[in-house]
Amino acid sequence: MRRTLFDSLIHRPFTERLTLAEDPELARMAASLDAGARRRLGRSLAIRTVDAGSCNGCELELNALSNPFYDLERFGLRIVASPRHADVLVVTGPVTRNMAAALLRTYEAMPAPKWVVATGDCAVCGGVFAESGACLGGAAAVVPVDLHIPGCPPTPTQMLAGLIALMGP
Amino acid sequence: MTFAFLTGQPVAAHRLWPRLVVTEETWSRAADRLGRGALSLLGLWGEADQVHMAVADATDAEAIRVLTLPCPGRRYPSVGQRHAPAIRLERAAADLYGLQPEGLPDTRPWLDHSAPGYAFLPVEGENLHEVPVGPVHAGIIEPGHFRFTADGETVVRLEERFGYAHKGIERLLSGASLDKAARLAGRCSGDSTVAYALAFARAVEAALNWEPPPRAVWLRALMAEMERLANHLGDVGAICNDAAFAIMLANCSVLREAVLREAAVTFGHRLMMDRVVPGGVVADLGAGAGPRIASLAAEIRRRFRPLVGLYEKTASLLDRTVGTGFLRPALAQQFAAGGYVGRASGRSCDARRWPGYAPYLALNFEVPVLPDGDVHGRLWVRVLEIEQSLQLISQIVVLMPQGDIRSDQPPPIAVAEGMALVEGFRGDILVWLRIEADGRIGRCHLRDPSWFQWPLLEAAIEGNIIADFPLCNKSFNCSYSGVDL
Repeated sequence: MRRTLFDSLIHRPFTERLTLAEDPELARMAASLDAGARRRLGRSLAIRTVDAGSCNGCELELNALSNPFYDLERFGLRIVASPRHADVLVVTGPVTRNMAAALLRTYEAMPAPKWVVATGDCAVCGGVFAESGACLGGAAAVVPVDLHIPGCPPTPTQMLAGLIALMGP
Repeated sequence: MTFAFLTGQPVAAHRLWPRLVVTEETWSRAADRLGRGALSLLGLWGEADQVHMAVADATDAEAIRVLTLPCPGRRYPSVGQRHAPAIRLERAAADLYGLQPEGLPDTRPWLDHSAPGYAFLPVEGENLHEVPVGPVHAGIIEPGHFRFTADGETVVRLEERFGYAHKGIERLLSGASLDKAARLAGRCSGDSTVAYALAFARAVEAALNWEPPPRAVWLRALMAEMERLANHLGDVGAICNDAAFAIMLANCSVLREAVLREAAVTFGHRLMMDRVVPGGVVADLGAGAGPRIASLAAEIRRRFRPLVGLYEKTASLLDRTVGTGFLRPALAQQFAAGGYVGRASGRSCDARRWPGYAPYLALNFEVPVLPDGDVHGRLWVRVLEIEQSLQLISQIVVLMPQGDIRSDQPPPIAVAEGMALVEGFRGDILVWLRIEADGRIGRCHLRDPSWFQWPLLEAAIEGNIIADFPLCNKSFNCSYSGVDL
């Protein structure tokens, strides 16, 4: 144990500087958010995730956000256990019929102001499951979506870019 | 020998193992043998007017059969009434294809949640209370519902309810082109995307007598081992984290990230989605990739060893894992549980060895089997398999032949059927499919290893405290999406 802890003292941190490419689409979506509400929250967002029927690929990359390379929390973003504590709802998956009610109830349990981020192609538009009768074709079918992060799955860097855009300049 | 009693009309177009159309009597006799442990169940799935099951005699590689019972009346004798592992499969087939298993003790819907209310099994006794958990969980995990009944802190019963991630994958597969179907199969369970794509590709190739080039076969194995390595590294860290030992998660996730980044550089996708396709693969190693991957394997081995030492020397952590969530070997055997769940409870199994597929027969590796049966055992099987995958990766990059990475599809002539078994990180994945004369998928069934592991978690948690459930659950790490289809 001592050895491992000591190693981490002399080793350079794994955490990387984040360089984000300019994405006009992301900037446009972020600019449309209510600036006043954003000011009230400051530069810190609590995030609740709901898997609305994803293949679990997006969950793998959401979990990677907390690894030492990406270290989500340095940006003031953190994942919370309850919707009651959350400002942002991250939705993954094509929203199956069987998850629609749970997704809506999670959203309704969040205090306002609140935002919804559809993460991954499935949550954005249904992805490869868009035509399925068992799916509703994305997060927007159940909750109002503020930001889209496409990708199958989006990389941790793409997810970070989206979430940081939400906090504004 | 075991199959001498299994007589039926063989279906000519089915490869690699025979498919027999049987009578109701033979079907019931097979169910009987399953119940007595003479055979293991590999899968059970439905179609419009027939039901299929794949059975195996694990002592003989030739001994896999698919049995088909035509049921024009949409009724068939339940296998689940004699052999419990079939129960959820039969409930799913009833929801998806309206086939009624006669005599099935549990006829509640499984994937279909449209009916209001769901009658959880009654629990009787004094001082019991229920704790409902899910489908939305506190962490970043998939949706599922767990209904605990506890006496104080001790769990006396856990009942699982799934289907929340039901996307209708098999319905979408029917009528899909091979390209589209391969993409769907690769999204049945995202953490096993390579294994699923490989199982699907092998089933298509078996059906069409389609030979992928030798180099593609080796590249597939390289991707499959990188996927296994990344998942096991993530699991070892996550299991320790569920015992509040976060330093293991941080360090293991650094190693996992290194594997994913190498996958992104070499194959163009961190999880290697859509890289394995029928007929071969779509990405080859670039200049210098072979030596780079070999040195990554050496580097991970060097950095993982002290982490294993840390786990072994931390008594407070071992106190949580040793003896927790014990799975009886007899149950693992009855359910033919694959992967670390089966192997940590003494079950010798690995689809790479049995029934086996290329190129693993040309590679040196061991299949670790432990008698422990607890959280520690399942973690330790992963530790040993990480070492095996690292060795396999080092061998593969050296031994890989040169040549093409994809071959052309032979023209479809008639209806063809194929089946494949592939070892994913959590166990054996079965894919069965029928390709119609127009080259499209007629019916495709994907059977996740978790079908035979989830029910065992209900048994393993009994007598443990609720607070140890995350630990037990993570040590199983079953797929929700994979069984919800």
